[in-house]
Amino acid sequence: MRRLLITLAAFALVGLAGFWVLTDPRVVSPAPEIGTLPAADVENGRVLFAAGGCASCHATPGQDDRTRLGGGLALESPFGTFHAPNISPHTRDGIGNWGVKDFVDAMATGTSPSGQHYYPSFPYTSYRLMPPRALADLFAYIRTLPQVEGRAPGHDLRFPFNIRRVVGGWKLLFFDGTPFRPDPAKSAEWNRGAYLVNGPGHCAECHSTRNALGAIVQSTRFTGGPDPEGKGTVPNITQAENALGKWSKEEIAELLKTGFTPGFDSVGGSMAAVVRNTSQLPDADRLAMAEYLKSLQAVATPGAVKAP
Amino acid sequence: MFRTVLVAACLGLGLTAVMAQPDPIAERRNTMKGVGGATRDGAAIAKGEVPFDAAKAQAIFKIYADAAAKMPTLYPETAKTGGETSASPKIWEDKANFDAAFARFGEEAKIGMAATDLAGFRSAFGAATKSCGTCHETYRVKR
Repeated sequence: MRRLLITLAAFALVGLAGFWVLTDPRVVSPAPEIGTLPAADVENGRVLFAAGGCASCHATPGQDDRTRLGGGLALESPFGTFHAPNISPHTRDGIGNWGVKDFVDAMATGTSPSGQHYYPSFPYTSYRLMPPRALADLFAYIRTLPQVEGRAPGHDLRFPFNIRRVVGGWKLLFFDGTPFRPDPAKSAEWNRGAYLVNGPGHCAECHSTRNALGAIVQSTRFTGGPDPEGKGTVPNITQAENALGKWSKEEIAELLKTGFTPGFDSVGGSMAAVVRNTSQLPDADRLAMAEYLKSLQAVATPGAVKAP
Repeated sequence: MFRTVLVAACLGLGLTAVMAQPDPIAERRNTMKGVGGATRDGAAIAKGEVPFDAAKAQAIFKIYADAAAKMPTLYPETAKTGGETSASPKIWEDKANFDAAFARFGEEAKIGMAATDLAGFRSAFGAATKSCGTCHETYRVKR
């Protein structure tokens, strides 16, 4: 009996140790070249800030200045409520103390400067496609924005999701940390679009369904589905006939600029905020995104919700 | 026999009455379709694809103004759901602000109806159509 207990305890210890090792947020920095980067291009950072939709979550709610990144927006999810943090350059409450490496690690590996995992509600799952140089540009732009005082409330999550270490296991299962690799067989425009849509634009984070652990179901990438934030359906943006199949490239670019569909409906819900971001991009970037979207396979929307 | 005819007639009458009941969800959808059609025409003028024409411009903003007046009446408590509506419950939680948004849209439409040249049309059209997105962001669910 005693021997059994010791054996069990030993197994438990080994299991715990295994969990601890496997979920370690150690960062193999993806960017040995960080120290050798040229001076940051703040204008490129501004474009990436718009493409990335940073302000949609991090701008202080209830005011119109999209460069005041005080955080605090509440994001409802099946796991609980996330609160977007302050990412203004404030040294105490924001990211004013960060170095370029801290920012690159956060965006590309989802790890904080103090070595904690970030929850994937922060879409580093997409942002990781941005190369260190682009991230350094974005960081340089954010550093030019106003310092905002005050911290956002902490996340309010259910057990066991409130244990950050668990995210390490999630990353093992679902996180692909590879950067963007252009497809040499495709045009420069298509590659630019693929990068913007999948990387900074993080379109698939909403326009896909998620599994019980909140990871994107890859077969439903871009097909939309029931809205996890509440009621309604996220539209399908593949080339399916009732999705974007009949839209021209120019019509897709137009929606990203003005918010109007070819039928002159004006997009609503959180897409309205997305259009506020994409409307600030150069025309060529919107056309590139459209070029890429026009190349997607037609896939039907899974489990579309019926009207109540 | 007489009774059968009477019953049938009554049923028919009842059915007609039900059919004639205005359906607010269909009605607001049609009204918004009208606004969309007007926006298509307006966008063509604003982009310079179609030459500016004061009468046409007025007609566009008249559709906006009529919709702005009519829409707030089409959201009774009984028409929250059904007919694949994409109306958000926020409309009823926040009816005062919802109505105020349409009042503002009506004002913007009036400014547009007074436009006499392309520059005036463009600025009024830009302001009015910006309101589409602002309102949809808050009061319409994703679909």
